[in-house]
Amino acid sequence: MFQAQASRLTKESMGEVDIARNLKWRRMKNFMFSVVGLLTLLFAICTLLALFIDLALTGVPRISAEFFTSFPSRFPEKAGILSAWVGSLAVMVVTAFVAIPIGVAAGIYLEEYAPKNFFTKIIELNIINLAGVPSITFGLMALGLFVYKLKFGQSILTAGMTLGLLVLPIVIVTTREAIRTIPNSIREASYGLGASHWQTIQHHVLPYSSGGILTGVIISLSRAIGETAPLITIGALTFIAFLPTAPVSEVFPYVSFQWLSDAFTVMPIQMFNWVSRPQKEFHVNAAATGTVLLIMTLLMNGVAIFIRYRFRRRMKW
Amino acid sequence: MGPQFEIPSTSTTKFNLGVQTDFLRSQVKNLSFSYNPKEKIILKNVSLPIFDKKVTALIGPSGCGKTTLLRCFNRMHDLYNEVSYDGEILLYPESKNILSRDVDPMEVRMRIGMVFQKPNPFPKTIYENVAYGLRVRGIKKKSYMDEKIEVSLQQAGLWTEVKDRLNAQATSLSGGQQQRLCIARALVTDPEILLLDEPTSALDPISTSHIEELIVELKKDVTILIVTHNLHQAARCSDYTAFMYLGDLIEYGPSNLIFTNPSDKRTENYITGRFG
Ligand SMILES: Nc1ncnc2c1ncn2[C@@H]1O[C@H](COP(=O)(O)OP(=O)(O)OP(=O)(O)O)[C@@H](O)[C@H]1O
Ligand SMILES: [Mg+2]
Repeated sequence: MFQAQASRLTKESMGEVDIARNLKWRRMKNFMFSVVGLLTLLFAICTLLALFIDLALTGVPRISAEFFTSFPSRFPEKAGILSAWVGSLAVMVVTAFVAIPIGVAAGIYLEEYAPKNFFTKIIELNIINLAGVPSITFGLMALGLFVYKLKFGQSILTAGMTLGLLVLPIVIVTTREAIRTIPNSIREASYGLGASHWQTIQHHVLPYSSGGILTGVIISLSRAIGETAPLITIGALTFIAFLPTAPVSEVFPYVSFQWLSDAFTVMPIQMFNWVSRPQKEFHVNAAATGTVLLIMTLLMNGVAIFIRYRFRRRMKW
Repeated sequence: MGPQFEIPSTSTTKFNLGVQTDFLRSQVKNLSFSYNPKEKIILKNVSLPIFDKKVTALIGPSGCGKTTLLRCFNRMHDLYNEVSYDGEILLYPESKNILSRDVDPMEVRMRIGMVFQKPNPFPKTIYENVAYGLRVRGIKKKSYMDEKIEVSLQQAGLWTEVKDRLNAQATSLSGGQQQRLCIARALVTDPEILLLDEPTSALDPISTSHIEELIVELKKDVTILIVTHNLHQAARCSDYTAFMYLGDLIEYGPSNLIFTNPSDKRTENYITGRFG
């Protein structure tokens, strides 16, 4: 009886349709979409590639060992990015120390502990909105709060905390996404053996999502390292001919946190400074700095992709 | 041990208790359950005795609520907010209602072990998977753990296959091996009651008969509640059988009685293969 019905249905619905024409038309649409998709993709990639090649052609010849070990100078051929890359590194360390613990903890709280109520919904919505706030707004907030109110000065600490807050939403969102990929069956297995909520987080949730969390952290740092506007707002200097205080020393107490309150510059600001000079030679320096920055960002993203790939392969459920 | 079995007042079961010497280990009393208050009721006023050191089999067509009932025993449903349930599961000898809000689900789960319907090994090594129950309990002594793990793996019939690669990833095992690993993982902590949700559904006949032997062996010490679609298995290794249908417990009794002389028409239809 079922078969009879099925065959009647087929006849009725397919009777008037010309199968050959229908197929041809659908194949055509399929083909057209793939062509359009490919073209838009190529356009985007070519623009990016053109920019990069242009930058690299100008900048690469200028990159040498001295370029990394020299301070900026009035003479373009002597100028280097020593203070800039050390500054970037120092700021990134602070950023990581701010963004990772707060971001991961917030992500775990929202995913594991937060009750599903209106208040939590509001917080979630705000985090997503925060990710879209223009970065200069963070700069203004930091100027008011860290520089004027808390008196951290126009320092590495202020810069790192500003950028840490800036990328916090990225860390929170990627942490939550990483946690969410863990299937319920794994949690049930853990609880089923008598584990507590915290043991389940500590032994399963965090280890299995650490690849995703790390990826998010690296991507957020690669976003932070290129940020310029908020740092200019808090008053990063554009010409720095000294290094921050060394964090370790030979005399007691061997470690020093003086560097946190030192003035600083970072690579994008150095670049901005050189671009705004009239001499063409400085523009070459800017291009070289840009190339270094771009390669660093690409490398960081590459590492993130690699980690994600490795973890995907290991974490199959 | 616990009190001797009395037929729950709401139960429709009819069987000759005869010279009943079995003692209760646990008892389900008027348990109703729904996954969502707005949706349909999955378990309807289920009452069921679980006898100490006996195997109780839950049978019934797919979707009738066997897994749902089993998961109530170790409060798995507490992980999801929307569910609502009502009724009691008493655990003897202390007559503790393990569904009560005052009872810590962690304590329940430490006493009642569960093997899930789908194998769910942790993405850790084979050794760490089996060791986890011990680690949760704060056991650190290596020699003790090694021994417990070997015994559990042997009981689950997996030892010879994995003894040379205890540090391999558990997810690299085959489906049937994973299922036996999950059995070993549940056994390692010596639970008082063992819940098995179709433990042999992914196993070949040899492993299946091995697990059945294990069940018979284990019931010297452990009370076992097993869900199975394999009626021969239920008849072979269970002492009591409960037949469920659309969330109702239709019939409960000694397995030999249920399989030879069911009193309800629906049970008879099911075990003779006329539906389900
Ligand atoms: N997480 C869930 N949310 C909502 N409904 C569910 C959920 N799990 C199961 N159900 C429903 O509850 C009913 C009973 O499901 P259950 O898994 O207990 O059946 P079962 O008897 O174990 O079936 P099977 O033999 O196929 O494993 C089914 O109708 C199912 O659709
Ligand atoms: Mg089931």
